[in-house]
Amino acid sequence: MRNGIVTKARQFQNNIDIDRAENIANRVYSEQIDEIIFYDITASAEKRKIDIETVKKVASLVFVPFTVGGGIKTLDDMYEVLKAGAEKISIDSMAVRNPNLIREGAQAFGRQCIVLSMQVKRVPKSARIPSGYEIMIDGARVATGLDAVEWAKRGEELGAGEICVNSIDRDGTHAGYDIEITSLISDSVNVPVIASGGAGCPQHVLEVFQKTGASAAIISSMLYSPLLKRNYSVYEIKKYLEANNIPVRPWLENYSVAPL
Amino acid sequence: MIGVIDYKAGNAPSVLNALHYLNIEARLVSTPEELQPVKGLILPGVGSAPETMHSLYELGLVGALERKVLQEKTPFLGICIGMQILFEHSEEGDTPCLGWLRGKVKRFDDSVRIPQIGWNETTFSRDDPILAGLSKKEFFYFVNSYYVVPECSDVILATTHYGVEFCSMVANGNINGNIYATQFHAEKSGAVGLQLLKNFALIAGGDQLRLQSV
Repeated sequence: MRNGIVTKARQFQNNIDIDRAENIANRVYSEQIDEIIFYDITASAEKRKIDIETVKKVASLVFVPFTVGGGIKTLDDMYEVLKAGAEKISIDSMAVRNPNLIREGAQAFGRQCIVLSMQVKRVPKSARIPSGYEIMIDGARVATGLDAVEWAKRGEELGAGEICVNSIDRDGTHAGYDIEITSLISDSVNVPVIASGGAGCPQHVLEVFQKTGASAAIISSMLYSPLLKRNYSVYEIKKYLEANNIPVRPWLENYSVAPL
Repeated sequence: MIGVIDYKAGNAPSVLNALHYLNIEARLVSTPEELQPVKGLILPGVGSAPETMHSLYELGLVGALERKVLQEKTPFLGICIGMQILFEHSEEGDTPCLGWLRGKVKRFDDSVRIPQIGWNETTFSRDDPILAGLSKKEFFYFVNSYYVVPECSDVILATTHYGVEFCSMVANGNINGNIYATQFHAEKSGAVGLQLLKNFALIAGGDQLRLQSV
């Protein structure tokens, strides 16, 4: 998301605009999506605060978990996002710069509130990066020299309640999640791991649940990217996972509640 | 009016958003005075048991809540931490809690990922007005590392499985009980959770709680 508009990128570049954030959030909520995550992708790079008005609009329309990330540097930034109606905070580049932010956030708001999101890139294995995956920051532009598995373990120790593994190589490629790093990380930590980057069809979602210990998977292109040959509804994806024995929140025939 | 207790570390705004969406008159309350006129009370929660207890004492709310809920029998709904602190003691930070219900709060063992974060199936053990329109089994959204172990099983309204079978909802009495609490986040559980919140509002005051100006 940038300037209140949801965008789609490929490998964190060449973003194209889709629609206003609240419109997309409202649509996928009524289609029974299980959770909504927003990244204000340019907040960090533009050194500005997160788009709090859009966060408020979305929070008043959707009644499933809502995670917000981008440009969060301090406990006050976190409190502002929570007050706006989000319940989880995603921190990424700022956590690399200041790992104490994870600890402070977990102490102030509980560890369930803090999602450590990490941008991982495949690199040659080395003494410094034994897993062969390096942590990148600032929209995948800056390499940190941190090993992805080590950083995930450190994040858990510092108090992250969930770890989101974003594959830079797979981002927007529609080629499937990076099974290897998702698996390495979910086997190394005991907090829930979220797979992210690369989903192009329901088979990819099934694959990541069958082959890794991921507890959740992020989709976006599949739902609304014009770059994809076809999009999928939440209904189709859930029915496909159910038919393949993956436990999911069942799709309900009637998903509206009349106001008082 | 429904009062949603705001003790800063909780997710009171999310609960307020859900009530307003349902056209229910509600406001945030954080002082004993603000608490006085409300017809129903919701204590939401994220965060930890020690910090929540500390905040409630610091805001001077414990006495006022006990008058309102235990003496005046105002309908009350605790959510997540707001459920756990109703019991006598929590393992989290070895914390003495309110003790309105008998029992304790334990941590999940390490055979499962902690915290539990996600949707899980909840089975209701009996009928109750707060469950009107819901099926016997429903999915709700959970975020917890701890769970309640009530001393008397008759307060258990629902159970859920996560490594162990745990109590995910309580109600203090088969008829005329006024204390309800859920381990799951009704305000984040889609249409099913909204229905439960609406049922609570109907118990607390029905049509009188409709927002007049929309």
